[in-house]
Amino acid sequence: MTYMTLNSLTLKDAITKLKAGEISHSELYKAIENVYKDKNSALNIYLSFKEGLSEKGHAQLNSSLAGVPLAVKDNFLTTDFVTTASSKVLEGFVPPYESTVTTRLCNAGGIVIGKTNMDAWAHGSSTETSDFGPTKNPRNPEYLPGGSSGGSAAAVASDMCIAAIGSETAGSIRQPAAWCGCVGLKPTYGRVSRYGVVAMGSSLDCPGPITKTVEDAAMLFSVIAGKDKYDGTTAAKDIPNLTSSLNRGVKNLRIGIVYMDHPKLKGTLLSESIQNAGKKLEELGAYVEMVPMSAQLEKGKILNPDYSVGLYTVIQRAEVSSNLARYDGIRYGNPRSFFGDEAKRRIMLGTFTLTKGYSDKYYLHAQKIRTLYLKNMHDLFSRYDALISSPSPGFAMKIGATADNPMFGELEDMLNEASSITGLPGMSVPCYQDPETKLYIGLNIMAAQWQEEKVIRIGYAFEQATSWNPWISK
Amino acid sequence: MKKASTSFTASDVDHISHLAKIPVTDKEKKKLAAGFNTTLSVVETLSKIETKGVLPTDHVTGLVNVYREDEVDTKNVLPQKKVLSNSKHIYKGFFAVEQVLDK
Repeated sequence: MTYMTLNSLTLKDAITKLKAGEISHSELYKAIENVYKDKNSALNIYLSFKEGLSEKGHAQLNSSLAGVPLAVKDNFLTTDFVTTASSKVLEGFVPPYESTVTTRLCNAGGIVIGKTNMDAWAHGSSTETSDFGPTKNPRNPEYLPGGSSGGSAAAVASDMCIAAIGSETAGSIRQPAAWCGCVGLKPTYGRVSRYGVVAMGSSLDCPGPITKTVEDAAMLFSVIAGKDKYDGTTAAKDIPNLTSSLNRGVKNLRIGIVYMDHPKLKGTLLSESIQNAGKKLEELGAYVEMVPMSAQLEKGKILNPDYSVGLYTVIQRAEVSSNLARYDGIRYGNPRSFFGDEAKRRIMLGTFTLTKGYSDKYYLHAQKIRTLYLKNMHDLFSRYDALISSPSPGFAMKIGATADNPMFGELEDMLNEASSITGLPGMSVPCYQDPETKLYIGLNIMAAQWQEEKVIRIGYAFEQATSWNPWISK
Repeated sequence: MKKASTSFTASDVDHISHLAKIPVTDKEKKKLAAGFNTTLSVVETLSKIETKGVLPTDHVTGLVNVYREDEVDTKNVLPQKKVLSNSKHIYKGFFAVEQVLDK
């Protein structure tokens, strides 16, 4: 095997080959560094990157992650790397403490080699709102990688790392994974610690893996998941062993297809791809049917995603305004005048919806509607083991698509918002590739809270039965 | 275009900019006001949803009263030097802040 191909190893294969002595850490790191030098300046994936970590990796050979090189989104605090969340407010900030997620990766023998570009403060679905320039989609550099974890998805898609970590508020793991043709797992809210993650919407934020395969996602999940005493919203739940569930198949699982009859999607190639995925799962032994949409809460129907856009906007903007109030430029970082346009818009709108006279009309009303959404999902998951959809209404858009669009991210994420608002786990796996543009469509698999196991089973069965995943040769 | 029931003007933006401590230029104010009206028109769709008798969600996975021991976690304390290391405004080992009260 040559240097140039080692970087395209999956997490599972890299660990296996390192432990078997088939490859060395120096060869693996060299291959990653080569592709970094070759492509990073054009694609703008890493905001910071360290070479020469192969010996550090080698020292971890006997650990579970065996010293593999990993990429981490730049909103995770890391004492070894400047952490900016892609905002000039935090330019040059070296955190005095480490996030729980990166601590757990490190304890399991993972080596963080760099921090990836993102929408500034994770505000967006394009990575175009980064104060350090957009990342380009490695599948086709004329297009955006999606976001906000666009840098992490692009690092995986370009084989500039073995696996990566992203974070999601509503779509920020799954949508870039879909646009870049890789796998993104958003765990249940409270499954993974938010300690040391630059906060966006605290009742929604959830870290998760972006990887080459479903199995890789299951492996990283088992490293980062679990109760953390530094994050009171993490739950003391047993962690399912996802890697041992991979092969359980989908036989007799009840799966509902959602949103594909929405007027904006009906008849599109995307809708067709998701329905084809449904047919494939049916062939594999699942019961699959369409779930109708409704304008009001009705049993057996899913609330129209048009409402979740407004609902998510209110809750997220309110939480943003509160979380970003801490950036005062006194203890660290630059003054508030350094906030970019999108952050300004979100902080100010959130501030408005929480002002006296408006907080009941907007915020309280939204939290009541959130209760209705929870009821809706509770009812649907008494009928179905999982719901499938797409994490994005379409393919990746061209560079520049977000300019002057104050609702770009929300509309882009409309198919994820209801699941994020209700804390559900979800995963995107590739389910179509356009032969011309080389861009992908993702299949979004969602299950009830704490049911990552079902998400993984379905994702793995689909991935193994189809040829859409570029890392799995048929 | 259907007008949102709450309509932003440049002077509303002024007020919010003061509350949020976000400095904005006059040129930005107009643009921000237009953007807020677009966003609020999307939010207004929520008024169609009836929530009479519905309780608001406090926590999405239903956690209540999460406590910890009231003890200093010595593994997780930072030395003063490290805490001050990222600040440009230090005075004798303290953060220096802007004056907020009149003399």
